[in-house]
Amino acid sequence: MYEGIVQELIDELGRLPGIGPKSAQRIAFHIVQTQNFDVQRLGKLLLEVREKVRFCADCGNVADQERCNICRDPRRNRSLICVVEEAKDVVAIERTREFRGLYHVLGGAISPIDGVGPEDLRIRELLQRLADGSVEEVIIATDPNLEGEATATYLSRLLRTMEMRVSRLASGLPVGGDLEYADEVTLGRAFEGRRLVEH
Amino acid sequence: MEREAPAEPSTGARDTGGVPVYRDEAVVLRTHKLGEADRIVTMLSRQHGKIRAVARGVRRTSSKFGARLEPFMVVDVQLYEGRSLDVVTQAESLASYGAAIASDYAAYTAANVIVETADKLTEGERSLQHYLLLLGALRSLSRGEHGPGLTLDSYLLRALSIAGWAPTFSDCAVTGAPGPHTAFVVQLGGVVADPVAPPGSPRLAPAVLQLLGALLEGDWAVADAADDRTRSQASGVVAAYAQWHLERGLRSLQHVDRTAGPSAAAGA
Repeated sequence: MYEGIVQELIDELGRLPGIGPKSAQRIAFHIVQTQNFDVQRLGKLLLEVREKVRFCADCGNVADQERCNICRDPRRNRSLICVVEEAKDVVAIERTREFRGLYHVLGGAISPIDGVGPEDLRIRELLQRLADGSVEEVIIATDPNLEGEATATYLSRLLRTMEMRVSRLASGLPVGGDLEYADEVTLGRAFEGRRLVEH
Repeated sequence: MEREAPAEPSTGARDTGGVPVYRDEAVVLRTHKLGEADRIVTMLSRQHGKIRAVARGVRRTSSKFGARLEPFMVVDVQLYEGRSLDVVTQAESLASYGAAIASDYAAYTAANVIVETADKLTEGERSLQHYLLLLGALRSLSRGEHGPGLTLDSYLLRALSIAGWAPTFSDCAVTGAPGPHTAFVVQLGGVVADPVAPPGSPRLAPAVLQLLGALLEGDWAVADAADDRTRSQASGVVAAYAQWHLERGLRSLQHVDRTAGPSAAAGA
């Protein structure tokens, strides 16, 4: 135990996700001991981020205005919506530079055992966005795990009634890997999702 | 996708230079995220009862056994004993029910209740009966043998029976007087004769009692023939009975999808 305010700082840092007691202690001492560390800038940013950052009124992504940069961008293809679980998934897909449509962030996946049902996600907001008929395709990009697959099943069942093209991200082998090291579930999914080679 | 389990998985800890390692066959009940890329995996094993273990790096796409440690997977798993949690060192899949279950939303919600019940009923102790019942229920759901709601209700009644809370749907739960009786009192353990039935006790129709008895005994010919109304009433009784005996209740039960899915149609 350290004295007073240093221990308080360690305790607060230790409450952050992924920060254990040792990491919290290391960060605290870095702040205390490093003379050129700009504490005021960090403090100001922390306050600003809580004050300014909100969730986009359209897609649920992180934004600093009412609508996020992607929803405001007129160059985006508004007939495509990619449905993801979390805002960090938007960043992952944006890094590919393959997708130029809009997003919809659900805020999680359906997991009854954790008490999360469809009504706890932004599914109603998705249906409202689709109501005007301008969207031609919904791409479901939930995580390729059990909860993500079940959420995709639920959404596709729901959207089937709206006569809309619904697609799911492919699952399969990672680029640059060796086939022999793939597990049987992933390899099986890769076979299921195989595509014709165009000549 | 199923293959034969090892005939006799190793049960005891082996001497591996001071670190006790053991191997068992297990069903993955649930997972929790841990740190950057790890998961805590809760499994019900054939020989060691419930196991909570850390699986390192399984959330990375490069993980060799991340896909094998998803809920509803049956795995041949090797672990070493840690101080608070064991650590998974190897996992081979024996059967994969997850994909088939996740593709049917009603089956998925039913399977969630099943694994949550298994998690709550097997606190610490080893039970081969619980293990085999769980395995059978998940296999049945993945194959769509019966309606997901029927499979769930049958599992709940039988799991509670194994735990020592067997309901009675024929003879009186208080006096043992031969039935049929219609008053059903959850707190008393099933149907009760009129003289001992508390005032205002709910009454069940003969068809509902017949279905409940069939679900408890695994008489699927009778269970599959029940109409939707009877199934719905029986489900309400089973849910009330399970919630009462499990005390803390089942979080997933309120999310069960009772609309008939493809498997329900196949089973009916």
